[in-house]
Formats: sequence, C-alpha cells, structure tokens
Amino acid sequence: MSRSSLGDNIQGGEILLPVRTGYILLTILAAVLLDLVPLPGWIAWVRPDFVAVTLLYWGIFQPRRLGLLPAWLLGLLMDVADATLFGQHALAYSALMFAAIFLHRRIQMFPLPYQMAHVGALLLAQQGIQLLIRLADDAEFPGFTYFVASLTATVLWPAVMAAINAPLRRRSGADDV
Amino acid sequence: MQASPQPIFKRGPSLVVRLVFFTLLSLVLMVSDSRFRYLEGIRSVVSVVLYPLQQAASMPGILLARTGEFFVTQAALYRENEQLRRENLTNAPKLQRLMVLEAENTQLLRLLDAKPAPERTTIIAEILYESRDAFTRRVIIDHGSNQGLHEGQAVIDHVGVIGQITRVFPFVSEVTLITDKTQSVPVQNARSGLRSVTFGTGHDGALELRFIPVNADMQIGDVLVTSGIDGTYPAGLPVAVVANIERNAAFAFARITCTPSAGVSSFNRVVVLSDAPPRPANPLKDPAQAKLKKVGTKP
Repeated sequence: MSRSSLGDNIQGGEILLPVRTGYILLTILAAVLLDLVPLPGWIAWVRPDFVAVTLLYWGIFQPRRLGLLPAWLLGLLMDVADATLFGQHALAYSALMFAAIFLHRRIQMFPLPYQMAHVGALLLAQQGIQLLIRLADDAEFPGFTYFVASLTATVLWPAVMAAINAPLRRRSGADDV
Repeated sequence: MQASPQPIFKRGPSLVVRLVFFTLLSLVLMVSDSRFRYLEGIRSVVSVVLYPLQQAASMPGILLARTGEFFVTQAALYRENEQLRRENLTNAPKLQRLMVLEAENTQLLRLLDAKPAPERTTIIAEILYESRDAFTRRVIIDHGSNQGLHEGQAVIDHVGVIGQITRVFPFVSEVTLITDKTQSVPVQNARSGLRSVTFGTGHDGALELRFIPVNADMQIGDVLVTSGIDGTYPAGLPVAVVANIERNAAFAFARITCTPSAGVSSFNRVVVLSDAPPRPANPLKDPAQAKLKKVGTKP
C-alpha cells in the first residue's frame, strides 16, 4: 500500500507519518507479549492491560483502521491466555473499541490531561464489564485492587503514546537546509 | 482533522449494529463455555496459536535466571552441595525404614486379604506462569495432553498438595490451586484422625474448614493430610496446617482457618500424579445386589 492512500496522521498539531498496517500489527504483537510476560506477585496485578491500551490508542487515533472484529479476536486470545471465561475479554475489548471509535473526535481534541481522564474512564469501564460478567458467573468480588491496573494504564498513557508515536515522527532535519 | 480518507458512501453495518452483534456472540460463547463447556476444542486451537507467543514472552525471565545461575560463586555451590549431602544423610535412614515398612505393610494387607494401595506414576512439570485472572487461583504448567496429562489429575510439590488439573491443552494445562474458591479437598487431621474438608477462600495462603463442631478435637498447629476418600488425591499428602480456631458458643460450628503447606504461590517445579485406579462399582447400583439388600432389610 502506498503511504499516500493511508491517510493523514495528525496529533496535537504535530504531523506524523502515515501508519502502515504492519506497524499496527507490530504494536499489537508487542502488547500481547507484554501482557504475557510472567511477573511475580503484586507487579502482576499492577501491570496495565497493554492489549486494551493499544487497542484504545488505535481506536482513538486511527478509527478507520481497526474495527471491532480485531478487538474481539484479540479478546478471545487473551481469554485463553488468562484462563478466563471464553468471551469475557472479547466482549470487553469490543465494547472498548466501540467507545474509542465513537468518541475519537472528542478525545483527540482534548489536551493530554483530559485525554488521560477519558482513557482512564474507558479502561475502568472495560474492567467493569469483565467484573460484571464474572459476578454473573458466580465469582466473588476480588477487591478494589482489581481496578489498580486501569489506573497504572492511565498514568502510563503518555508513555505509551510516545512509544507508539516515536517511529512515526518525521526525522527532524530532513527538510532543513 | 484525522485519519484515513472519509469514505464517501457508508458501507457495511453501522458501528452500533456491529457492537450488538459482537456482544451477542460473546454472550453465546460465555454461556456455552461456563454452563456446557462446549468450546474446549476452539480453546485448544487458540492455545496452540498462543503457545509460541507465551514461550517468547517467558524468554527474558528464563534468560535472566540462567545468567544468574551462571554467575553463582563456587563457594555458594559448595555450600549448597554440602547442605544437600547432609540432608541426604539424614533422610537415608528414614527412607530405608520406609522401604521395610512398605514391604511389611503390603504383606500384612495381603494377610488381611486387602488390596495394597497402588503406586502412582509421576510426571515432573514446570510452572509457566500464574493466571492473570483476579477471580480464580490457577497456574499454567508446561505439560499438556501431548505428554499424556488429562483433567482431574492431582498436582503436588515437595511439601504438599497444590491442586488439580482442570483443563488440558496440547502443550500446556491449567492447574486450579486448592486455594481457589471452587476447590475443596477431603482431609484428615494427622493427630486426631478427624475427617473434614478444606475449602479454598480465593486468597493466597488461606483455606477454611467448615462445619466442624465447636468441641471437636482440633488444635492450632495440627497438620491436615489428604484422606484419600475423594479418589483424586492419594491419602496421606500434607495439605495444610491449622492456623487459627475461633470457638464461639453462639454458633454451632467453629471457624477454622489453615495455611496451605505447599508454597501454593511460590514454587517452580511440580509433580503431576497419575490417576487413581478405577474404584469398584457401587454395589447399590447393581440390580441383583440392590434386590438382596431390600430383602435383607425387610422386618
């Protein structure tokens, strides 16, 4: 695909390179790997759900590239990886993707702190959906520490954005004389 | 401001319709998974796709551990070797006595015309990772149906019972720990012989005993071992130590909490036991026997 057919990529006044599909897949692969790294004890439940965060990023900044289907399929993958109910992450991720695409114009307009507030709310809602599903399936409320992952994800949002955007920056000096 | 060129004509179903579709699909999947377990096949396929990813993700940790091992000093190795040799020496007489006792036990059982307990084969597996599900207590081990594992096998470590296999995939399997909310283990107090059942609490490091009368012979520090009456766990494996007993005369039962013996969340290698042999058929299910019984109980 030629770059011109991929569309613009403008974030906060900065013009970034257009995004290739391969790059989107690469970021998602990295997110899945980050979610799968075995971590001991409390670090594991503080760890943000990188797959959800990455989906949210692409849903907000490239809403026409990833639809609900990839989110749903990734959800099934995470369901097997986490040994949860089959369809639990799938439902939560497709709802998250829906919200991201639905709200992308508004979220893009906001400065970073407001953007982070939106991201935090969406990730909490995503976890809330999973919580409701499990409560309906006779599980017990695991305590509010369950939601810590969303808070760390919100705090890390600027870092995630910077990481995904880094290869998309135009090399400064290329057009300088 | 944004993204790929806006399509001139809208094609395909709208976003809301797609959300409703995927929501319904997920609900159907979840109900058939949770209530009927129809989807084990699809799960297996996804798990095979996931396996190389999981291996790749575990690599940094393994490499880190290996590098750590490589830089162990000779003094540390020497010390560990010395300690192991000492342990071996202290254990040797016990082991020799055990062999004699085992032989004696089989002989006595034969004299009594009772069947000796069958030996179980063991498979050593390694824990890949803890499940990231906050609602259950499970670990994933690196052996699966390809290595001959199947659901229901007991898993122990060098100190005691860990749990049982609840789902097998081709290369990995899920072990539900005894601390999981859904797990219960029939146990026996090693000191008083009192039989009971431990229930998982859903938290690491805590099990509870229910329906033990206030005046029952239970003391803090008592060791609970498997009683073997469930057919899953062989008898005599340490399960837990009684940690706290709350006797309140207002209630019929005492509140007893125990600490699992095995390092339920801090171990690396586990042992998977082979299945118990099939038990004899239930005599009451046999029509001829049932008739006999009925005749026998007539006044």
